[in-house]
Amino acid sequence: MSNWIEVCALDEIDEEDVVPFDHAGHTYAIYRCPEGDVFATSGLCTHERIHLADGLVMDDIIECPKHNGRFNYKNGQAQGAPVCEHLKTFATKIENDTIYIEVAP
Amino acid sequence: MTLRDYSLTGASSRLAQEQGLASATWYQTDIPRKTMKTLMKRSDGPAIRDTAIWLLCLVSFATALYVSWGTLWAALVFFCYALLYGTASDSRWHECSHGTAFKTPWMNNAVYYLASFMVIREPKVWKWSHARHHTDTIVVGRDYEIMGHRPTRVLRHMLAMVGVPQTWGTLKSLVRHAGGRLSADEQSFIPSMELTSVFRTARVMLALYALCIGLAVGFQSWYLALIIGPLPAMGGVWLAYVFGLTQHAGLAENVLDHRQNCRTIYMNPVFRFLYWNMNYHIEHHMFPMVPYHQLPALHQLMKHDCPPVYRSTWSAFKEVVTAMWRQRKDPEHYVRREPPQNPAEDIATTTMAAQTA
Repeated sequence: MSNWIEVCALDEIDEEDVVPFDHAGHTYAIYRCPEGDVFATSGLCTHERIHLADGLVMDDIIECPKHNGRFNYKNGQAQGAPVCEHLKTFATKIENDTIYIEVAP
Repeated sequence: MTLRDYSLTGASSRLAQEQGLASATWYQTDIPRKTMKTLMKRSDGPAIRDTAIWLLCLVSFATALYVSWGTLWAALVFFCYALLYGTASDSRWHECSHGTAFKTPWMNNAVYYLASFMVIREPKVWKWSHARHHTDTIVVGRDYEIMGHRPTRVLRHMLAMVGVPQTWGTLKSLVRHAGGRLSADEQSFIPSMELTSVFRTARVMLALYALCIGLAVGFQSWYLALIIGPLPAMGGVWLAYVFGLTQHAGLAENVLDHRQNCRTIYMNPVFRFLYWNMNYHIEHHMFPMVPYHQLPALHQLMKHDCPPVYRSTWSAFKEVVTAMWRQRKDPEHYVRREPPQNPAEDIATTTMAAQTA
């Protein structure tokens, strides 16, 4: 069963940027890629649990603001040391200029 | 006298974890997101320029050493060459380990491996130890890169000015890693998936150093020995060691606020070039993904929230030496750096001083 949660208005995220989103005790990172599409991952780096929403988005990459750990936020793939574990990703959709992510019920 | 356990597998390590000092949340100055994005933005230009100047200076001084060989001028030329070799390579190693010097990853990696070879530091091992240093800065039992162990070991620091313990320590670890083994401390911060790479890199580095020494011996050339390999690194490390001591030594251990365990120092342009702006050390630790060439701008945005800046390298180093001299007999002594008072700040998160074993 799908469980779509409203995140924020689309224009609250700049292109090539990320914002944090907290829901039910979990932290997520919500991205807008340079082309304008929206993606979502778990919000904490798999290396040292740093908030990724404080990091820098470069094309398809989110960089952890503490240790330079990098992930492809579109598929969650870790790009090499110091991150070894991939990020969890979540489905997103945009309806009426509002962003939603699908989380486990 | 209280003896501290600086190992990463002993009582201090357990205590740090019990007290919430490991992988903790650190104080950060509030800087608007848009500004931080601008500061963190990468570019190749400044680092290409500075690396070109650095390499050109190295080649120029190496040539000058060859030309002046046998005269008294050669000593002065070697002094300058060794600083570029042993001190400037340390800061290049450091900045490239953060992946922030260049925008282009292969450029970061190329300078990182070159500088690691020059400064005699294992690139894989130090990548992980430095990540830990930023996670748990000067937390006893967690940070592998604490230079100012208490009580102060004066002889060790004097020998370190000419690179003896560093070079000997790296030689031992290279042999250990080339043989496929990690120490207990290293096992605590290097993930198992990196082991093959650590061991392979150690074998390559041992072979390269053996080649350097072999060429110098084979050609019976002191010139070759002073141009590449351990000797120029040891001859020029003293200033990097002075810089390194001013970063944290003599300040508080086991606090979760970089304003209390790092120093920001105003340095002259030559030192800032050699050091790649790491004199802005509070700024670097609080926001490690800001490239070195943006640290002066970051400093302007944060200085109102930091303790007074040291006006010169000498003023900071004098404080370090005085504190470390006292710590020979009194390991509990440290220099208290009080951040500006801010009523809105949660004091509990910034002053979590803890007893160490």
